[in-house]
Amino acid sequence: MRYTEDHEWARLEGGVVTIGISAYAVEQLGDVVYVELPEIGKKVTAHGEMALVESAKAASDVFAPIAGEIVEVNAALAADPELVNKSPEADGWFVKLKPADPAALDALMDKAAYDAFVQGLG
Amino acid sequence: MRILRMCFGTALESGERMSGNDTLQSLPLDALWRGRGARFAPFAGYDMPVQFEGVIAEHNWTRTHAGLFDVSHMGPCFFALPKGHALVGDAAHQKIASLIERLVPADIQGLKAGQVRYTTLLNPEGGVLDDLMIARPAEPGAAGDLYIVVNAGGKLDDWALINKAVGGEANLVRADDRVLLALQGPDAAAVAAAVIDAKLADMKFMRVARYEAFGRLTITRSGYTGEDGYEILVRAEHAPALVEALLADARVKPIGLGARDSLRLEAGLCLYGHDLDPTISPIEADLAWTIQKRRRDAADFPGAQRILSEWKNGPTRKRVAIRPRERAPARENVEIMKDGRKIGIVTSGGFSPTLNAPISMGYVEAQFATPGTPVELLVRGQARPADIVALPFVPHRYVR
Repeated sequence: MRYTEDHEWARLEGGVVTIGISAYAVEQLGDVVYVELPEIGKKVTAHGEMALVESAKAASDVFAPIAGEIVEVNAALAADPELVNKSPEADGWFVKLKPADPAALDALMDKAAYDAFVQGLG
Repeated sequence: MRILRMCFGTALESGERMSGNDTLQSLPLDALWRGRGARFAPFAGYDMPVQFEGVIAEHNWTRTHAGLFDVSHMGPCFFALPKGHALVGDAAHQKIASLIERLVPADIQGLKAGQVRYTTLLNPEGGVLDDLMIARPAEPGAAGDLYIVVNAGGKLDDWALINKAVGGEANLVRADDRVLLALQGPDAAAVAAAVIDAKLADMKFMRVARYEAFGRLTITRSGYTGEDGYEILVRAEHAPALVEALLADARVKPIGLGARDSLRLEAGLCLYGHDLDPTISPIEADLAWTIQKRRRDAADFPGAQRILSEWKNGPTRKRVAIRPRERAPARENVEIMKDGRKIGIVTSGGFSPTLNAPISMGYVEAQFATPGTPVELLVRGQARPADIVALPFVPHRYVR
């Protein structure tokens, strides 16, 4: 699992990267009430806008951790956006992406580095 | 992830907001709420508890049990004739009421002892400078006093305006060093009767009285959630004991400012600075009911010409409730469209836990204000279908 400074996570499995937002980010946002996901086939750039998440407290852009093409979205979030709260780093995933370059993930933080980064946010 | 719009702060927000924090004021009960696990964020110059267990859970608890809110950021004050005045009873009340009526369109002279009215502070153009509660104390000894509660954001300006308007004819005494609590929800009456005074169960909506408990309390049966409940002014030194006694009742939970916002939005109540501002008249804001007949006949309040013209002929724009048909919330500043033309703007919007759907309030051209009118909301550049509906979104449950 890799993380960005913008609190997205990315996990590579069988050539496809699953992406969501971190447990820390979800804890800060509180109750998620709406998630807007991209269309399948959309090409995204690294750090480009990819999705939107609205909680009872805030609306936030979600960025693509790396470049690629959206191959699947988590359709369950339309009816049950709370899944993001219940399971932020598993069932509450946002999209699956076919990466332009899987090696781009290596530039992102690993779990230990991200935890230290979050600690530093105070 | 990047926060686009905040309702209330989260730690993910950029450092800009944090840099302004050095001037933030703390509530007298700051430590108590932190001990109860509150998450804090700045609001109207105060570091406020915005969330305890979660906005939606707190919202639902208030609708089904009783929620305790700390609203000490607001501006309670006592407005009184100078000491040693010779007037008594109704004559004293009429004198003090006539002074505040220079700034508000409500019939304050007509208040009976112990009665409370919601009204607006107006500028000379009939625009709303703030919305507020004015109460005539129940106790005969307090004749010639008014108990007034204004909003946090504009309290210093409001008080300066009131002082200026009355010259030296009355004194305004701030009470914002005290703690102002709101106890709201269907269990509020039973809890207040058990913890404070049995007589509170029989108090009527929009009434005020003093209670000799926890020091001396000034309590109104009122609130800003759409639920039955009370707003309680308590001296800071007695506040911790009162709060602990209320929270010791299993029906009561502490509730943050986040849920207060979703509750008042469901109840169709205006948030100053969002749904009300100095360009908006009480008629446009659908607050015509706050201007009683005596004042309309006398036409003696600021902006009376505009306000009475709008009363008679109808305003050009009107505050409305809006239900998006899809799940995407339409928040403040979203444009409201009809047939490709902008007809208005959203002033408050979010998610309604009670309806499990997004809800918004805003202003539209009067011809489109009828409930049932389909409109479109321009959310992030995309026109989304919505309908004008009747206010409030969730029925009020006041005890009349």
